[in-house]
Amino acid sequence: MTEALLDVEKLNTWFYTRKGIVKSVRDVSFDLRRGEVLGIVGESGSGKSVTGMSIMGQIDEPGRIVSGSIKLAGEELTTLSFTQMRHYRGKRIAMVFQNPLMTLNPVMRIRDQMFEAIGEHENVARKEIHRRCVDALSAVGIPSPEERLNAYPHELSGGMRQRVVIATALLLGPDMIIADEPTTALDVTIQAQIIYQIRRQIDQRGLGMIWISHDLSTLSELADRIMVMYAGATMEIGTTEEIIGLARHPYTRRLLESVPSRNKPGEKLQQIPGNMPSLLSLGQGCPFASRCERATAICNETVAPTQLSDTHRIWCNHPFED
Amino acid sequence: MLSFVLKRLLQSVIVMLLLSIVIFVGLWLIGNPADVLISSEATEADRLAAIKALGLDKPLWQQYLIFLGNAVQGDWGTSFVYKEPVTTILLQRLPASVELAAVAFVIAITVSIPAGLYAGLRPDSAPARAIMAFSLVGVSIPTFWQGMLLIIAFGIAIPILPVGDRGDIATYFGITSSLWTLDGWSHVVLPAFSLALLKMSLLIRVTRAATVEVSHLDFVTFAYAKGVRAWKVVIGHILRNALIPLVTVIGIEVGNLLAYGVITETVFSWPGLGKLLINSIKVLDRPLIVAQLTYTALLFIFINFVVDILYTVIDPRVKSVMGRQVT
Repeated sequence: MTEALLDVEKLNTWFYTRKGIVKSVRDVSFDLRRGEVLGIVGESGSGKSVTGMSIMGQIDEPGRIVSGSIKLAGEELTTLSFTQMRHYRGKRIAMVFQNPLMTLNPVMRIRDQMFEAIGEHENVARKEIHRRCVDALSAVGIPSPEERLNAYPHELSGGMRQRVVIATALLLGPDMIIADEPTTALDVTIQAQIIYQIRRQIDQRGLGMIWISHDLSTLSELADRIMVMYAGATMEIGTTEEIIGLARHPYTRRLLESVPSRNKPGEKLQQIPGNMPSLLSLGQGCPFASRCERATAICNETVAPTQLSDTHRIWCNHPFED
Repeated sequence: MLSFVLKRLLQSVIVMLLLSIVIFVGLWLIGNPADVLISSEATEADRLAAIKALGLDKPLWQQYLIFLGNAVQGDWGTSFVYKEPVTTILLQRLPASVELAAVAFVIAITVSIPAGLYAGLRPDSAPARAIMAFSLVGVSIPTFWQGMLLIIAFGIAIPILPVGDRGDIATYFGITSSLWTLDGWSHVVLPAFSLALLKMSLLIRVTRAATVEVSHLDFVTFAYAKGVRAWKVVIGHILRNALIPLVTVIGIEVGNLLAYGVITETVFSWPGLGKLLINSIKVLDRPLIVAQLTYTALLFIFINFVVDILYTVIDPRVKSVMGRQVT
């Protein structure tokens, strides 16, 4: 096994709100290797986006990383200040967001938004910056990149804008990219193109990638490994085959059952009964216990991880056996 | 773009015509200037002669058309009271009002935008709370009252600033202003601050609201994620977008500064247009009132026009929308 590019250990990110402490991420651990796509899947509020922002060092007040460690190629990131982290953002870790219509500043030309990404990190001549921007745009399949540089975001389609965002993320040749639902807001056909472009970049450049999504079917096509999150905690982590085909956690099973494509046409969609518990009032036990049909008294008290294989790990007291 | 400008100009002319009618009829309803201007001891013959001389004997629509015809040629009539052309009187008073408004504008902008930006970026911090409390007081106190308080505080209790009038005037580069002299500055500071206070407080609140809204948008998070320095994100991304709603409010407030200095000018005996307007209304000096109200209307139309143009500079999306509407 090659050394991990990113190593997250027992990460806790909490928000100190007036109503109480919202424990958005609790004891989450995972690693990421070069050339690998790790998918993080979960419902809204599962803590998947907060995990991404924690790695970026961009947790806004009143939230903060309470404990745990995030190591990028051996370097600890959690002890760095917001200003120190600036040198890693964009340069070592880049990020792509969900809504391409909102990710670009509407009053700035594409050129200026891409230029600033380079200019903030490297002292290079404008001509060189220009060349690199054009290259980056053509690399993600944007036709006539020279003209696109002069455009304002509103002059481009959603798919084009997301390509611009991805090109910007790739500009400085980062070690890894965090993509927070980057194709959710796009048409299915555009989705496929974007996923293809991203996969190509990962393979060519040996990037690590964290792909945050609520959509298991997209992840199954793209990810090498998948981590399932629920109410701020990890439920199950494993290779894509292990999660899609050999899921042992009741929550993962229910999640897989509710994917529309797995149902026959006309059949009612499977739902998971109940709601996610409030993140304000979580105990030591399994957060899924209240909705889980296999739960027993112990599930409200404690839950311990079980290692099923080198790559497959679950947090469940009563996992499925097959 | 050009067709947009032409269209706006045509609209402006129509608005001006309608406004002039409203002003004319409104003043006619208020009262007959002859009753105020002509001594009650004058004989009936003198009275009729005076009314004829002022042109008040003709029917209203004729008076209006005569006024309009003259106004288009630049003749705004002669003041009933001062017996001087209205244009001359207004031009004498204009510099005082403009310099008061200009200083007030600079004070309002330089305080409100940084303060509002800070309060929007750190909404829970102690300084932000202080700024918001200040602005709440600023929008709540009536202008005439805070003006008098300022006079009591800095003119009487701690007499460091002169109160009333413009102070020494000097002329450089063909511009006569009290801003060229130190004495002039000492006179303008207090009324300008008084005039600025309300606008400042209002702009602080608008800036803060716009900043709070913009700073939570994705492109700001993305800018940080690119590793852009914090101050560059604030200036280049947050402020630039927050300016879009701000420009409208600033435009209206500039108009207000120039047109409604009335209260401040009265409280501080500032020899500007505002004070002139109040005096003219008291004696029903119709040509002077008409001219001033028309000037105010023109000013607002002009400012709105400038704001529209500024929009296209700040927000590229407006330009493309405008282009589509016209063609």
